[in-house]
Amino acid sequence: MSSEKKEREPLFSARNRKLITLPLGRDNPITVQVLGICSALAVTAKLEPAFVMALSVIFVLGVGNVLIALLRKTIAPRIRIIVQLTVIATLVILVDQFLKAFAYDVSKQLSVFVGLIITNCIIMGRFEAFAMNNKSWPAFLDGVGNAWGYGWILIVVSFFRELLGSGTIWGYPVLEKIGLFNIGYENNGMMILPPMALIVVGVIIWVQRSKDKELIEEK
Amino acid sequence: MFSNRYIFIYSTVMVIIVAAVLSTVTMLLKPYQDRNITNAKMQGILASAEITASADDAKILYERYITEEVVIDHEGNVICIYKDQEFEKGDTRAFEIDLKTELYKKATGKPFKVPLYIAHVDKKIVYIVPLLGKGLWGPVYGNIAFDEEFNEIFGAEFGHDKETPGLGAEISTREFAEQFIGKMIFDETGRFTSIKVVKGGASTLPADQRIHGVDAVSGGTITSNSVTDMLEDCLENYVLYINKKK
Amino acid sequence: MNELTSIFVKSMFIDNMIFAYFLGMCSYLAVSKTVKTSVGLGIAVIFVLGITVPVNYLINEFLLGPGALSWLGPGFVEVDLSFLSFIMFIAVIASMVQLVEMVIEKFSPALYNSLGIFLPLIAVNCAILGGSLFMQEREYQSLAEATSFGLGSGVGWLLAIVGIAAIREKIRYSNVPAPLRGLGITFIITGLMGIAFMMFMGIKF
Repeated sequence: MSSEKKEREPLFSARNRKLITLPLGRDNPITVQVLGICSALAVTAKLEPAFVMALSVIFVLGVGNVLIALLRKTIAPRIRIIVQLTVIATLVILVDQFLKAFAYDVSKQLSVFVGLIITNCIIMGRFEAFAMNNKSWPAFLDGVGNAWGYGWILIVVSFFRELLGSGTIWGYPVLEKIGLFNIGYENNGMMILPPMALIVVGVIIWVQRSKDKELIEEK
Repeated sequence: MFSNRYIFIYSTVMVIIVAAVLSTVTMLLKPYQDRNITNAKMQGILASAEITASADDAKILYERYITEEVVIDHEGNVICIYKDQEFEKGDTRAFEIDLKTELYKKATGKPFKVPLYIAHVDKKIVYIVPLLGKGLWGPVYGNIAFDEEFNEIFGAEFGHDKETPGLGAEISTREFAEQFIGKMIFDETGRFTSIKVVKGGASTLPADQRIHGVDAVSGGTITSNSVTDMLEDCLENYVLYINKKK
Repeated sequence: MNELTSIFVKSMFIDNMIFAYFLGMCSYLAVSKTVKTSVGLGIAVIFVLGITVPVNYLINEFLLGPGALSWLGPGFVEVDLSFLSFIMFIAVIASMVQLVEMVIEKFSPALYNSLGIFLPLIAVNCAILGGSLFMQEREYQSLAEATSFGLGSGVGWLLAIVGIAAIREKIRYSNVPAPLRGLGITFIITGLMGIAFMMFMGIKF
């Protein structure tokens, strides 16, 4: 690698920083690229599983992107989809096995949704679009950035759903402690039901696009 | 650029590496996973006998309180007894019986066997029956403990995987389980009545049946009905055994 | 038979892949602009689910599950390969999708053209893998039950995507607030449709 020293850029150059920051806002996988919604929303009724899910995706996408970037010159184009799927599936199985061993309660709540990370379009999408043509360090940043962009939406959605639906944050009864229930407040059970996840994401998109007019779609 | 030979070797190597990594990790983690599952099961059994156990001390408490594990066949005969960590009869531990398979055998009309746990709590003998049924979105399960006469309920514990939070999911709360304490599963004539989870509250039942009913969770009608079905489906397997005992 | 109908209807309405589990949302959002293409994709999904779920059921039953290898001999009773199920399922799905793609290309070039790049996407359609994983988790007891679950889920998916496509065709004439246009309003409508589908929960067979 020393021959490339001239063009070597610092670890957090402007270009690399963008890899992390863009997916958080303008290039967000969920609200803009519309990827990876499938495996995500069902785990957002509570903060804790959403957080674990976000971490799992960060792990799978970060490590997977690096692996693919390292292997990119050895992968024959004809079998690249299979290789990519194998890498994802292996990482996901690892995550699943570790959760079952060390975070049993959470793994029970996530049930099949850990497995569904495999078909999370963000991961295949980033492998194809970025890791196949880039070095491992930018690929790592890109992976973590995109996974985090995906994760924070999960966390925001689950925060509102848990707060309004069960009156708790991370299982801690906040609303009860500040005495809202005494003045007649009631939890909105609706928030916990699956359809509300979609509506909350819809509202997040609304807020984001009101702020960033360039994202508004053509009629 | 890439020959078929290359692709073939590449895929083979990839499969071997992946298989090796995965089997190693699974083998290393297997004991931890099994321990989690066993602990959760033990915690459930203990909870129905009013003993709170954490994942760490579940095994110790289980061995201290659950003194006997019994396996009963569909005709009510005792076929295995496992007492004080030794087999007295047969060679199957009740703890290792998969209730799901046995209930499926029952539903398809095949002979089956069911587990029964006997605990000593505060010098009292408590019989614990594990429960399993179908809820709205996934399985519902639990354990229910009886006094020495096998009629009055000593304690109960229910769980679920994915019932609707705030509605059906309320069955796993202490308030719901506590209602069962003191209820009866046989009437005065000795007929098996099970316990009904009644929508609108057990107080709507005729006076003589209130002892066989508890209040449903509000808004969770289907889950409540599942609990009723589960109780009947699981408890009726023990009726022959109880009658023989008497 | 009763049990089979119940599984079919339940997986179609109550456990609807889209409204209850959000599976297959990517293609659901991308392809639902016109009714015609969404019918095509929906049928492809029914077809693929109807094949992959039973095939994966057999694989799970005779290769992967705890004790599944017991037909090889008594020494294999203890073998539990279920940790391999993710890889195995996705491989089966990928090859099945390839097959469907070739069949459609041969018999209906028009449909093949209109579905374009979305057919390969079925391989990474979460609804398909989700179908197999739910089949494994819910432990269906026979091949018929697994098939009925696969088909029911597929039909449910078709209903959902055709429903939203029809609404999206009409909503073009409505005055949606600019930031909500397109994606945002689709999410919210899907949520409302989900709420409507929840009324099926009370059905009991």
